[in-house]
Formats: sequence, structure tokens, C-alpha cells
Amino acid sequence: MARNQASSTLRDARVVITGGTSGLGLALVRELRERGARIAFVARNAERVREVAQRTGAHGIAGDVARKSDIHLIALQASALLGGVDVLVNNASTLGPVPLRPLADTECEDFEAALAANLLGPFRLTKALLGSLASSAREGRGGVVLNIGSDAGVTAYAGWGAYGASKAALAHMSRIWDEELAQHRVRVRCVDPGDMDTPMHALALPDADPATLARPENVARTLGILLASELAQSRSGAMLADAS
Amino acid sequence: MIAASAPSQRPADAKLLVLSASGGLTQAPRAALPQFVRQGDVVVANDAATLPASLVGVHQRSGAAIEVRLAGWLRNRVGDLTRCLAVVFGSGDYRTRTEDRALPPALAAGDRLRLGPLSATVVELRTPPRLVVLALEGERDALWAGLAQHGRPVQYAHMREPLALWDVWTPIAGPPVAFEPPSAGFAVDWRTVASLRRRGAAWATLTHAAGLSSTGDHDLDASLPLPEPYVIPPRTVRAISRARGRGGRVIAIGTTVVRALESSALAHGYVVAGEGVATLRLDAEYQLRVVDGLVSGRAGRVIGPDLGRMTRLGMLDRGVLSKRACG
Repeated sequence: MARNQASSTLRDARVVITGGTSGLGLALVRELRERGARIAFVARNAERVREVAQRTGAHGIAGDVARKSDIHLIALQASALLGGVDVLVNNASTLGPVPLRPLADTECEDFEAALAANLLGPFRLTKALLGSLASSAREGRGGVVLNIGSDAGVTAYAGWGAYGASKAALAHMSRIWDEELAQHRVRVRCVDPGDMDTPMHALALPDADPATLARPENVARTLGILLASELAQSRSGAMLADAS
Repeated sequence: MIAASAPSQRPADAKLLVLSASGGLTQAPRAALPQFVRQGDVVVANDAATLPASLVGVHQRSGAAIEVRLAGWLRNRVGDLTRCLAVVFGSGDYRTRTEDRALPPALAAGDRLRLGPLSATVVELRTPPRLVVLALEGERDALWAGLAQHGRPVQYAHMREPLALWDVWTPIAGPPVAFEPPSAGFAVDWRTVASLRRRGAAWATLTHAAGLSSTGDHDLDASLPLPEPYVIPPRTVRAISRARGRGGRVIAIGTTVVRALESSALAHGYVVAGEGVATLRLDAEYQLRVVDGLVSGRAGRVIGPDLGRMTRLGMLDRGVLSKRACG
């Protein structure tokens, strides 16, 4: 799908992005806003949320996807502010313990925290927004969930145990969601964006040369095209169903 | 009916009481609901999500503690927190029976209320001493953040444990516009939707802003439900029309769906897509135009033929109905 075509598909799309104040999340907020999408983004730091909301014109929601009690409050605000939800991008994630360490030295609580943010958070938020996403898909606006994965969820890198295990589970959960939600024409994808020059990458690998890493803006551009393509397919599914 | 005292809206052993065309009663697991739906039928549910509409605070002129329950949207202002209907109580909380709740201090237009992080002004006394038009103040994003942070679901004394928002959102909840849950929607989960489709029935939704079911004020309660806005999507209209054309039935999940569909048909002669306001009061005399069957959370789960029969059987405490047989 060409960039212009993607922009036309994403115009007025109602998109929720978690982890929207830094790295890939922030780049996605900017990229999709530029393409005319309406955005509600989520992040933990209320002050940063206000700053980014002011700069981008997106709706900012202060909340922590790792906290069960925050999930419905996030869903409430996102649905109300956007008037519905067509796309959910589960981007927020945590590395687990840093500096990175072997599983044998990983505290259970740190492992649980990684699962809460990287796996349970996306599960809960998808579930809380599913009524909105399915309604949007039925009405032909499209319904897409994009989960941000990692090659650490495929390849067993020493030291990346909590993060890698949570991302592997996220990828598998995404495939199951997609299988189950196909009949509602909600599409669920999990994408590995590759190594990027982001604060999280710097935290994990402080010695990495930023020049060798992808720019989040470039990755966001590619993901924008992917989202537009998925939305278009969800919409055509609804049209075909209505015609039958 | 034995009222639930704990917040479990989706018990695994929930039952469905089925009233057949001949008036016979059978009991089935709630999960068996799709078995009573036929190929060609359309099942319509209310996908409204429930607001955390209870806000505790202070009436600033008197310093008195109050509880404000957001209660309804004004015409053409759905989702607009800067001007909506609210019921005001004095001190206390849901643990006291609503009819025993203390009155608020004497309210006057212009009175300021402090509700946690939110500020509000009483714009108008609609039905003294409790029902007012309220203006919450601030930017839209901040208002919704304040409501999320400070609001709690409206609940009543029979439910002792405090409810969380997830307790009052049905599995299909979408637009947050209801002040209390459209409770029949708890009978439907995503597995039910899949089963309905496998049986050849269509699945559709509308959004109806269900209001408060009780205010504690006898006269005010007698006027409930307040006018409730609804939105019927084009696809739902097409699904109803298709079901009708094929001899299928329209089965409503909950009385809010009945009110929305019948109000639209009353206003236009048939169900049309778009926004409307339901003012219809359902009672035994009302002749249904659209809905053939009902699944109700009131007085048990009921899917059945006609209101007169159901009320004679004492199954329903308020008007609900069906003009053609289910089951």
C-alpha cells in the first residue's frame, strides 16, 4: 500500500496507542496524527502526557497498563474521547530487571512485573476495548489490534529472560486472538519492529552504537502503512459480509 | 428473585428461564441461550458501557457532604459532561437503601459543588429536591480524566461490596454512555455471539444510554425511566430488515433495546438508523411493532411470548413483552 493511500485509509481512524510519550510509541503518535488519524495515547507520567498531548494535538491519558485497576479507566477515557475505537496499538512495555540479568538471578516480582506490562496489559486492554473494536469492524470502519513484539520473543538471548518470555507469550496470544476474532472481523497482529534507537534500547544495551539502530520515525512510517493495510482488509471483510 | 449481594455478573451456573409460546416454563443454563434462537432471527443487544457515575463531594455553600449521581444526558448532548442531569443525595453512601438516603442541602441554581478533582455548578433545579441540571467544569479531556479518577459505579444497598468498573461493563461494552449497566447484556458473551452466528442468526447492536433505575424519591421514581438517547447503526437496521424479510424474529437483549427499537418505529413508522430519544413507557397495553422476543435480566432471565402472560405469571415487575413466540 502506497503512503498516500495509507493516509487516506487512516484519516479519521480512531487509534489508541499505549506507551505514547517516548520511543516508538511517540513516533507512532506523530506519524498517525500526520496521516489524519485521531489519537488517544496512554503513558504513566502525567506531566509527560500533558506535554505530548499539547505538542501533538492527540488526547493524552495518564495510566499504567500494568495495573489491572487502570485498564477500564483507560478504556473509558479512550472510548469517550475518540467516540469509538478502530485501532489499538499495544506498544507499552518494560524490560524487566536492568541491567539485564540471567533468569537464575531474576526476582520473581520482576518477572511478574514484565508479564503484567507486556502480556497481561495488552490482554486486558484488548478485552476492555473489544466491544468498541468489534462494533467498529461491524460498521465497516475496521477493527485492528497491533501488538509490538520483539525478536527476543523468538530467539533465546541470554539475559533477556523476563522480557523475552513475555514477548513470546504476547506473539502467541496475538495469534490466538486473531484466530478467535476473525469471525468478528477484528484483526490482531504482532510485529517485531527491530532494534531501534530508543530510551528502552539504551537502557538494555547502553554500549550499542545508535548509528547502527533504526530510527523510530522510520519504523513508525512502515507500521502506519501496515495498519492502513490491515484496516482496509477488515473493512472489506465487513462489506463482503453485508453483501452476502 | 434473590438479589445478588456480591459483584459476580457472569456466574458459571447462571440460569435462563424460558417461557414458551404455550406459556410453559423451562429452565436452562444461561449458556444455552442460542438454542432458543432460530436460523434467520436477529439478536440485538445494547453495547453501552457504564459510566462511573457516582461522585462524592461537598456542597460548597453549606459545607455539607453530598453524593451526586449522573443520571441522564440532555437532548443532543450525549457524552457532554458540561451539561447533564444528576440526582443529588445528602451524606451517606450506597450501603443505605436509596429510599432512606438523606436529602441534600437545599439546592439553588448557581450552587457550587466540589467533587474530588472536579468542580460543578447547579444550573437548574429540574425536580426538587434531588434532580438537577449540572455543569461540570473544565476541558473535555480533564473532565473524563476526573470522572475516571473519582467516579464509582452507581450501586444499591443489596450489593454490599463496592463495584469496580469491570463489574458493570458487559462483555460487549463499547461507548461509555450508560448510567447503570444494561444488565441483560451480561447474558451474552463472545462465545454466545459465535453460537448465534453458527445457528444462522444475525448479531447486531445498538447503543442506548440506560439511566438510573432508582432515585429514592417516590415521585421522581414514578417518572423513570427518564428520556434516554439511543443510536441505531445502519447495519442493525439492515439486519432487522433482512430478518423480517426472511420470516425471522427480532430478539432484544434487554428492555433498553426494546425501548430504542420501538421508539424509532413509533417515530418513523419503521426502524431507522441514527440517533433518537426513547420516551416510550412499556406496559401491558403497548402493542409491539418490531420486537418479537426478549431476554431480560429482570425477575430472572426471560425469553418469551407476550407481556400479558408474563405479568400474569408474575415474572416481570415492569412492562416487557413479546408479540411472537420464542422457543
